[in-house]
Amino acid sequence: MTNSIAELEKDAKAIFLIGTNTTENHPVIGYKIRKNVRENGAKLIVADPRKIELAEIADVYMRFKPGTDVALINGMINVIISEGLLDQEFVDQRTEGYEDVAASIAKYTPEYVSTITGVPAEDIKKAARIYAEAEAAAVCYAMGVTQHSTGTDNVKSICNLALVTGNLGKPGSGVNPLRGQNNVQGACDMGALPVVLTAYQKVVDEPVRQKFETAWKVDKLPDKNGLTLTDAINKAYDGELKGLLVIGENPMLSDPDLHHVEEALNKLEFLMVQDIFLTETAEKADVVFPGVTFAEKDGTFSNTERRVQRVRQAISSLGNAKQDWEIICELSNRLGYPMKYSSPGEIFEEIRTVTPSYAGISYDRIEATGLHWPCPTEEHPGTPILHKEKFNRGLGLFHVVEYIGPAEHPDNEYPFILTTGRQLYHYHTGTMTRRSSALEEHKPYNEVEIHPNTASRMGIVEGEFVKLSTRRGSIELRAKLTDILEENVVFTTFHYKEAAANLLTLSEPLDPVAKIPPYKVCAANLEKI
Amino acid sequence: MAEEKRIILEYADQINPENAGEYIKVGGYKGLEKARAMSRKDVIEEVKKSGLRGRGGAGFPAGLKWSFVPEAPVKYVVCNLDEGEPGTYKDRIICQKNAQAVLEGMAICGTAIDSTKGYIYCRGEYPYVVDLLNKAIDSAKEAGVLGDFDIEVRMGAGAYVCGEETALIESIEGNRGEPRFKPPFPGVEGLWGVPTIVNNVETFAALPYILSNGGEWFAGIGAPKYPGTKILTLTGDVNNATYFEVPTDYNLRDVIYTLGGGIKNGKKFKAVQVGGTSGAFIPEQNLNTPIDFDSMSAIGAALGSGAVLVLDETRDIVDVVTRIAKFFEHESCGKCNPCREGTFRAFELMEIINDGLGNAGDLDTLKILGRVMKNASFCGLGQAAPIPIQSTLQHFEHEYKRKFL
Amino acid sequence: MINVTINGKEIQVPRGTMLLEACRQAGADIPTFCHDPHLQLAGSCRMCVVEAKGRWNLLASCVMPAENGMEIETESPSVVEARKIILELLLARHDLSCHTCERDGDCRLQDYCYRYGVKESRFAGEIIHFSKEDPNPFIERDYDKCIMCTKCVRVCKEITGAEAINVKDRGHHAAISTAFDGNLADSTCVFCGQCIMVCPVGALTSKVSMGKGKPYQVEKVLTTCTYCGTGCTLELNVKDDTVVGVSSNRDERYSPVNQGALCVKGRFGWDFIHAEDRLTTPLIRKNGELQPASWDEALDFAAAKLKQIKEASGPDALAMFASARITNEENYLAQKFMRAVIGTNNVDHCARL
Repeated sequence: MTNSIAELEKDAKAIFLIGTNTTENHPVIGYKIRKNVRENGAKLIVADPRKIELAEIADVYMRFKPGTDVALINGMINVIISEGLLDQEFVDQRTEGYEDVAASIAKYTPEYVSTITGVPAEDIKKAARIYAEAEAAAVCYAMGVTQHSTGTDNVKSICNLALVTGNLGKPGSGVNPLRGQNNVQGACDMGALPVVLTAYQKVVDEPVRQKFETAWKVDKLPDKNGLTLTDAINKAYDGELKGLLVIGENPMLSDPDLHHVEEALNKLEFLMVQDIFLTETAEKADVVFPGVTFAEKDGTFSNTERRVQRVRQAISSLGNAKQDWEIICELSNRLGYPMKYSSPGEIFEEIRTVTPSYAGISYDRIEATGLHWPCPTEEHPGTPILHKEKFNRGLGLFHVVEYIGPAEHPDNEYPFILTTGRQLYHYHTGTMTRRSSALEEHKPYNEVEIHPNTASRMGIVEGEFVKLSTRRGSIELRAKLTDILEENVVFTTFHYKEAAANLLTLSEPLDPVAKIPPYKVCAANLEKI
Repeated sequence: MAEEKRIILEYADQINPENAGEYIKVGGYKGLEKARAMSRKDVIEEVKKSGLRGRGGAGFPAGLKWSFVPEAPVKYVVCNLDEGEPGTYKDRIICQKNAQAVLEGMAICGTAIDSTKGYIYCRGEYPYVVDLLNKAIDSAKEAGVLGDFDIEVRMGAGAYVCGEETALIESIEGNRGEPRFKPPFPGVEGLWGVPTIVNNVETFAALPYILSNGGEWFAGIGAPKYPGTKILTLTGDVNNATYFEVPTDYNLRDVIYTLGGGIKNGKKFKAVQVGGTSGAFIPEQNLNTPIDFDSMSAIGAALGSGAVLVLDETRDIVDVVTRIAKFFEHESCGKCNPCREGTFRAFELMEIINDGLGNAGDLDTLKILGRVMKNASFCGLGQAAPIPIQSTLQHFEHEYKRKFL
Repeated sequence: MINVTINGKEIQVPRGTMLLEACRQAGADIPTFCHDPHLQLAGSCRMCVVEAKGRWNLLASCVMPAENGMEIETESPSVVEARKIILELLLARHDLSCHTCERDGDCRLQDYCYRYGVKESRFAGEIIHFSKEDPNPFIERDYDKCIMCTKCVRVCKEITGAEAINVKDRGHHAAISTAFDGNLADSTCVFCGQCIMVCPVGALTSKVSMGKGKPYQVEKVLTTCTYCGTGCTLELNVKDDTVVGVSSNRDERYSPVNQGALCVKGRFGWDFIHAEDRLTTPLIRKNGELQPASWDEALDFAAAKLKQIKEASGPDALAMFASARITNEENYLAQKFMRAVIGTNNVDHCARL
C-alpha cells in the first residue's frame, strides 16, 4: 500500500474497491472502510463481478465482466479527462507521459466501455466523478485485479487513475494493494524474489551484488535473474530443474492447473519440503523438515501497509520440530557456508545492514508499535505515506494501457466464466484453517456459487452436488445459489483439497511482467450429477 | 375563587377543531401572525415574559429552553402527544377541542427558533386523534396560515417511556424507545442530531394566547412562579370525574370538593395522587396546597401531567400501589440497571407484601431500593417509579404493616 | 480549562471532559460496566455514578461533562449505596456458577462485588432465564450471566459493522438477541468475536477455548496474526506451553493496526497449532514411503542431494519457494542460502498466487 490502513478509516473521503472482497479477505480493513462510510459519510465505489458485501453500502456498484478491468478504469479516466475533473497541477508538476495516455484514452468513452464491461455508462460516470471530486480518494485492490493474464496492465491503469486525479502522496489517497498473506510483503522486501535482493535491489546491478558479496563474504553472487515460481514449475516439467526446496508453501493446491504441477513435481530428482503439516506438496517430497508455527517463533512480519511488526514465541517448538531459520542454517553449515546466529534478532540486525529501507528499524523500536518502511535511520519515524514529495523515479510515469481482455472465453463446450477466490472462514490452501476445529466445523465443504436463474434452468437446487469442469479437469462440489453474480459467471474457492479449484484454473498465459497466472477467469462447464 | 378559567378550552365544543376557518373566526392564528411580524429574539422574550413553564411535567421555562437553541441549517419542533400517564387525558382533550391552537403554537415555536418542520408524536392508543390532527393540518395548510411550516404526525406504539423527550426522539427516528443521556439536550442535539424543541401539547396550545394577549397578561394569571392555567383530569372516587381548566393557584381541596363535587357515595377521603401514576399520594392534611409546580414540590409531590386520582376511605392503598408497581415493571425500557431490575424487584416485593407474606425487612428493602432508583436511574421513569411507594410508606405505612400476617 | 474538585482534590480539565475522565485523572477508581473508550457512550449501567454537591440525584460520570466549580465525591455513602444495590440487583439475575465460568478471575461483576463486599443479593425473587443455545462453533452465549451493558451490541455495530445483535423486549425481559431471536449463523454475524472482547463478564466466551484455562492461569503473548496481510496484533493465551486461546490487546500503541479487533480466523483459528498431525520429526522417503528420521540423517541427506545436483547440473538446476507465511528473518536467510550458498537466483514465493 502506498498509504496506511488507518487512513481508510479516517482520512479517505472516497474509497474505490476493485477486485477485493475486503470484508471476507481482509476483514479488519473491511470494518474500517464500513466505519468510514457509516460514520464519516465517505463515498464508496465497488467494482467486482460479484456483488460483495460492501457493494450493499456503496454509492456506486459496478458489476463488470471478469477480466475487463482495464476497459473499466480507462472509461473512468476518460470521464475524468472529458469532464475536466483531473488534477492539472499534479499532472503538470509531478507526472510525465500524460499526453500519450490522454490520447489513448479518448476512445474509451463510457458508452464504449459499457459494451465491454457490461456496466451502465451512467455508473461509470458517477464512479469517476466521485473518485475525482473527493478531496482524498483511495483505491484498494487485491488479487481480483492482479490474477489475470493482464494483471500488470490492470494495476498500471489504476495508477493512471490515481495520477490523473492527484490521489497519491497525501493522507487518505493512494494505490493500495491489499496483500493476501501475513508476510507476503516481507518476503518480497527480503528478496525472496528471483530478480531482486532485499529492498528490491536488483540482482543484475553489479554494485548491488558487490555490496552483498562483501556483506555475505562470498566471491561471486549469481548475476542473472532467476526463475519465478510459475517458470520453475514449467522448467521442472521440462526436466531442466532438478531440485526444489519448498518452505511453507503448498503449490499442489495453490498453483494453477494442479495436474500440470503434479507432473512437474514428479519429474524432480529431489524435492525438499519444510512445513508444519504434511501438505499435499510435502507428501511428494524426498525429505520433509518439520518447521514451526507463528506461535513458536520470534521474528517480524511486514504487513500490507509496509509496517514491520514483531512476532513473538509463545510456546516451545512442538516435538522435534525446529525453528525454520535453524533448519536453513544447518543445511548451510553442511554445504560449507557456516551460518551462525543466536536468534532471529541477530538475523534482523544483519538485514538492517544490507536493506536501506529497514536500516532504521530495530526490535527495540518496534517492541510496542511497528514501523512503516522506508525507515532509513534510527531517528526516522517511518513512512506511512509513500510518494509525498516525489516518486522514487522522480516524476510519476503514466503508462498507455490498452484493453486486451481475458485469455480464455466461454464457448459452447464451456459456457460459463469461472472465477476463483477465498471466503471468510478459510485461508489459502486450508492447511491451517481446515485444521482449526471451529472454522472447519462451520465451513466443512466447498461450494460453487451459481445464479438462481442458471440453477433453475439446469434443475440444480441449493446444496446439491454438481460437476464443475474446465479443459484442465473437473471437481464435484455443492451448489450455492446466489444472485451476487451474473447468470453466466460461477465462483468457487481454492481452500479445499477434495474439491480443489486449481484443478480447473489456467496456468497460462501468465501475465508477461509479473508472471501471475489468470486465476480469475477461465471458461467452465457446469453439470448436474 | 374556586372557578374554572378557560383559555385553551374557551371555545371547546363550539368550534370544529379540524377546521382552521372556525378557529380563525374566534381569533385563531392571530398569535402566529404577530410572532411572524416580530424578530425571533422578541418572540422568545415574549414567551419568557409570560413565565410559561412546560406543561408535560418537568416545568422547565419554555422561553429559556428555546433560547438555548444554537444556529443550525435544520431544526425541528416536536410536540409531545405521547400521553401515556394513566389517568391523564388532557392532551387528547386539547386536541379534540382546540387542535388548531396546538398547530399554531408549534408554528410560533418554529418562528422563534427558525424551524420549518414540526412533528407531533401521538400515542398509539389515539388513532382517532391522529386522524383529527391530519385533517386539522390539511385544513390549516389550505387556509394558508402555517406558511412554510410543515407538520407531520408520527404515531407511537404504546411505550410509556416514549413520553420522555429523548426516547420520543429515538422512536421518531425508528429506533428502540429508549432515553438518551443529557447533555446534549435536544435543544442542541435532538432529532437526527439537530437542534430540536420538544414541548408538551398544552405548552404549545398556550402560546397563541400568550402571543396575542401578551406575555404580561399570561404572567398575571394564577401562581406567579408557574403562571397561566392548567388542565386537570379528575378521576377516581369523586362525583364529577371530568376535566377542568383552572388557574395555577387553584388548590387541591377545591379541585376535589368544588369541581369534583366531593367523594362519591358520601364516603370519606383517603388520599389523592396528583401528576399521574408516578405522582405522590397526598394525605388529607396537605389538601390545602395550590396545584402549581412549586407548591406541590414543597409537599413532596408533583403537579406532573395534571392527573388527579382520588381514593376514598375503602381503597386498599397497598393494593393500588402494587398495581402501580406492576405498571412500571411493565413499562421500564430496560436500558439502565436500577430501573430495569429495580422496577421488577419493587413489584415483586409489593406483591409479597400485598399477599400478606411481607415483613418489616421488606419495607426497608423497598425504601433503600426506592432511594437508589431515584438517585441513580437513567431517566425520569426510573427516578419517579418509586415515588408512589415512597409517599405511601411515608403517609400510610400502617396500611403496609396491617398486611403482615 | 475548568476547575473541578474531586474528593477534595482540585484539578483542571479541558471543557467537555467527562466526569469519569476527570475523576480518574484525580486518582479516583470509578467502576464501570457499560463504558468503553472506543464505543459510543451508553450511560446505562449506572455503576459510575458520583455525587455532585448541590444536585438532587447522582450523576453518571461517564456521560456527564464536568462543569466549572463542581464538587464531586466518588465514594460517598449514597454513591456506595447505589453501587451496592445495583450489584445486588445484577446478582439476583446472574448465574453464579463462577467455579466453571471462563471469566472467573477476570470478571467485572466479581471485581466490584468483592470491592463493595456484596456477598449476596437481598432481592431473592424470581430468576429469569435468558440462556441461549446457539449451535455455532465459535461463540458461547450464556445470557444468564449477561448484565445488559450492551457493549456487544455497540461493538458489533460500531467496530465490525455487522449489526447482528440488538436488545429485544423491554424491562427485565430485555435481552441481547439477533433479528427474530435466531441463531448467530442465520444472522449477519461474521463471528469476529469482538463481542467476546468487550464482554465484562462471562456471558460471551469462546467455545474453542472452553475449559482450557482460566484467565489467571494463562500467559498472554503479544504477536502478529498469521493469516492475511492486514497484520493484526493479537495475544496468544498460553497455559502449560500450549496455546489455549486468543485475546485482544486494545491499546493502540500495542495494536496499531486493529486496536484489538480481529476476524473469525484470527480469533478462533488457532488450534491448528496443536493439531494431532503436526509434523514433529523429519521424514525421509525410503522405499517410496516417507519415514521418520533423525535431524542429522535428514539434513545430511538433503545436503548431499543439493550438493550432488549442483555439481552435476549447476546451481540453476535448483530452485526454492520461500514463503509468505514465514518471518522476514527466515525469508532473508532462505534467499541468502540460495544466492550465497547454492549460487542461483531461483528463489521466489507465492506472492502471485
